[in-house]
Amino acid sequence: MEIPYTFEVRRDTGLTNGKIGLWLFLASEVMLFGALFASYILIRTGAPNWPRGDTILNVPLATFNTIVLISSSVTMVMAWASLVRGSFATFRIYMGATILLGFVFLVVKYFEYSHKFHDGLYPSTNNFLAIYFTLTGLHMLHVAGGMALNAWFWGPGAKLWKTNPVWFTNRVEHSGLFWHFVDLVWIFLFPTLYLL
Amino acid sequence: MTQPGAVTAPQPHVAHQSHHEELGFWRQYVFSVDHKVIGIQYAITGLLFLLFGFSLMMLMRWQLAYPGAALPLVGNLFGEARMPGGTMLPEFYNELGAMHGTIMVFLGVVPLAVGGFGNFVVPLQIGAPDMAFPRLNMASYWFFFLGGVTMLASFFVPGGAAQSGWTSYTPLSVLAGTGQTMWLIGMLFLITSSLLGAVNFITTIIQLRVRGLTFMRFPFFVWTQLVTSFLLLLAFPPLQAAAIMQMMDRVAGTSFFMPSGLVVSGQVLTAAGGGNPLLWQHLFWFLAHPEVYVLILPAMGIVAEVIANNTRKPLWGYRSMVYSLMFLGFMSFLVWAHHMFMTGMGTAMAAFFQTTTMIISIPSVVILTALLISLWGGSIRFNTPMLFALGFLPMFGIGGLTGLPLGFNVSDIPLHDTYYVIGHFHYVVAPGTIFALFAGVYYWYPKATGRKMNETLGKIHFFGSLVCMNVIFMPMFLMGLAGVSRRLFDGGETYAFAQPVLHLNVVSSWGAWILAIFQIPFIFNFFWSIWKGEKTDENPWQATTLEWAAPSPPPHGNFLEPPQAYRGPYEYSVPGAARDYTPQHEA
Ligand code: HEM
Ligand SMILES: [Cu+2]
Repeated sequence: MEIPYTFEVRRDTGLTNGKIGLWLFLASEVMLFGALFASYILIRTGAPNWPRGDTILNVPLATFNTIVLISSSVTMVMAWASLVRGSFATFRIYMGATILLGFVFLVVKYFEYSHKFHDGLYPSTNNFLAIYFTLTGLHMLHVAGGMALNAWFWGPGAKLWKTNPVWFTNRVEHSGLFWHFVDLVWIFLFPTLYLL
Repeated sequence: MTQPGAVTAPQPHVAHQSHHEELGFWRQYVFSVDHKVIGIQYAITGLLFLLFGFSLMMLMRWQLAYPGAALPLVGNLFGEARMPGGTMLPEFYNELGAMHGTIMVFLGVVPLAVGGFGNFVVPLQIGAPDMAFPRLNMASYWFFFLGGVTMLASFFVPGGAAQSGWTSYTPLSVLAGTGQTMWLIGMLFLITSSLLGAVNFITTIIQLRVRGLTFMRFPFFVWTQLVTSFLLLLAFPPLQAAAIMQMMDRVAGTSFFMPSGLVVSGQVLTAAGGGNPLLWQHLFWFLAHPEVYVLILPAMGIVAEVIANNTRKPLWGYRSMVYSLMFLGFMSFLVWAHHMFMTGMGTAMAAFFQTTTMIISIPSVVILTALLISLWGGSIRFNTPMLFALGFLPMFGIGGLTGLPLGFNVSDIPLHDTYYVIGHFHYVVAPGTIFALFAGVYYWYPKATGRKMNETLGKIHFFGSLVCMNVIFMPMFLMGLAGVSRRLFDGGETYAFAQPVLHLNVVSSWGAWILAIFQIPFIFNFFWSIWKGEKTDENPWQATTLEWAAPSPPPHGNFLEPPQAYRGPYEYSVPGAARDYTPQHEA
């Protein structure tokens, strides 16, 4: 049995199932991070004093990481665009680059974290650090999830390209939308935690 | 944006090849991707959890009626740590209370109403072969299952299950034992399950409805599932965020919810402090108010189906019901702090939330009134599903009306956290939602099995339950008005002002135990009818909606021919028609 509109577009909605599903999922993600940002605001406004981010955190490293993630979004688009143009080989290269950049982000984050722990700064130290570790930790989980997804399409999932290129292209596009979302979250996190 | 020539891609289908005949036992009944099997899995698991949650409550009712008395027969089975000599300890009472609430809401009603009926009925009612994402559907059942197992396992960790109520208010819950950590893990599983389900339902309803089935031709039940899914999708993530923060507080020692200088048993806590305990309440109720609509909307949907079918009339005011439903869904995100009038939030905030609360009551009243007027002038068939649907109307009515005084700041302050509140929401969820769910079981049973459940047993079940429900919950209003608090492990025995109403505890408890006896005909009927029930054709109730166009039980893929919708959902007694019903799929 076959589910309609898995890869072909439904006329009246103009969408595939996967596309709607992905946007709905992103809506729930917005609520998740939205709730955490709201909690941050409530706790910060209620605090008698609050450290500025750059007095505790490493702004240059985070700036570097911001550039890394934004570049990875660009390579992600290129990966998808290669598929649309029918060039699987360039897709492989750009997708590989996207995964690699995600990896660089995580490595930098690892050094930031271990430096904090080394200085005796833990989530339990104060609420600034509690928020910092919780938000960036959750974000890192999302980065890892996106990388896993992309790795799947780079590797074993790419078999689909041979049997159903349209569907495969759609799926890579969806993976890309998720990746852009993860990027976007970081673009909010960076100024909120490091600069304000 | 994408589709390079998307419409012209008739490629072979890699994912869902149709060799379902060859599926082994495990793939067909356990790890199935068929929405009907998953629906039945959800329904049966949900029913079992309802029974379990009810059993916890029957234990509590003993302690409330006869505080300190040893429980006969089974009292010694719970061990010295919980019931020494058969007498219940307060900690055990708290465990039972918190888990009763959690299990009933998250593992009983929602899985049955949304996971069970939603999964089984929605794709059939929109003429679809299955859900949009069958494997995701299976995943969401198994996440739910894991959540359930985690909750059950929490009874066996040192210190027992969660004891901070189903609301898990901080800072109490942060200081509680290991059971609370299990509760949080369990909730994370359940939230994941709900999110996957919600994405799947919305996509299915929007994308897979058959030709001709426009939104205003949806059966009302489909509408309720659509709105419910949006509530689950958008309200659960904030609780997920809250659960993550509570977990951090408990495990990593953060202070999201821990105020500075908290003193516990004479000791100042060492946590960093600076957190906000009320933040938890906001995040919790931001989920939990929409959650009460998740408990009630599918029930309204079932009742609407059954009423239209058994009055042999179109629903009165279908459109106003649909618009009310959408408005209700939207408003349910703006009323949460009516649960927090006691937190000293200030008059401006209180005024805002009591106003939104009064506004949200309007669409609920519209829907209930439309259902009531639908009865007018019908030639009503009083079969078991209809009796339960009819029972729902006044019971939900009582629950709803007694909620109004709780929505006003002034009258909520004396009533808050008393048995009046317990009475109020149980009228909504027990003789309300649960009755509607029973109506659904009796109504769609023939679709799932090809046989009807026994009517006589059904009627015993209904009338017995109706009487008992009122015997249980009506006294709670009186106790609450007399000032008896909820969550008291002795039922109020130590309070002088409670003395005149204490005997009501005994009434209520006997009501609960007799209610249990009246569920036996149902349980028996449920199994017996699988083999011995009266055989039916595909449309035993002479109904109009699309699910009745499929064979009973429908095969994998549902319809022999993809149906098409030619008309609205409830064309009963159309003047000039040959029969008193004109199905949606007939041209
Ligand atoms: C007919 C069967 C039921 C009976 C006899 C019953 C009885 C009770 C009683 C007496 C309490 C108050 C306990 C206390 O405050 O110490 C309670 C609490 C509660 N019940 Fe039920 N109940 C029933 C069904 C349900 C159902 C179907 C639901 C939900 C769908 C439900 C949800 C809750 C919740 C959320 C609480 C609050 C728990 C807490 O304080 O944290 N109950 N129930
Ligand atoms: Cu509410």
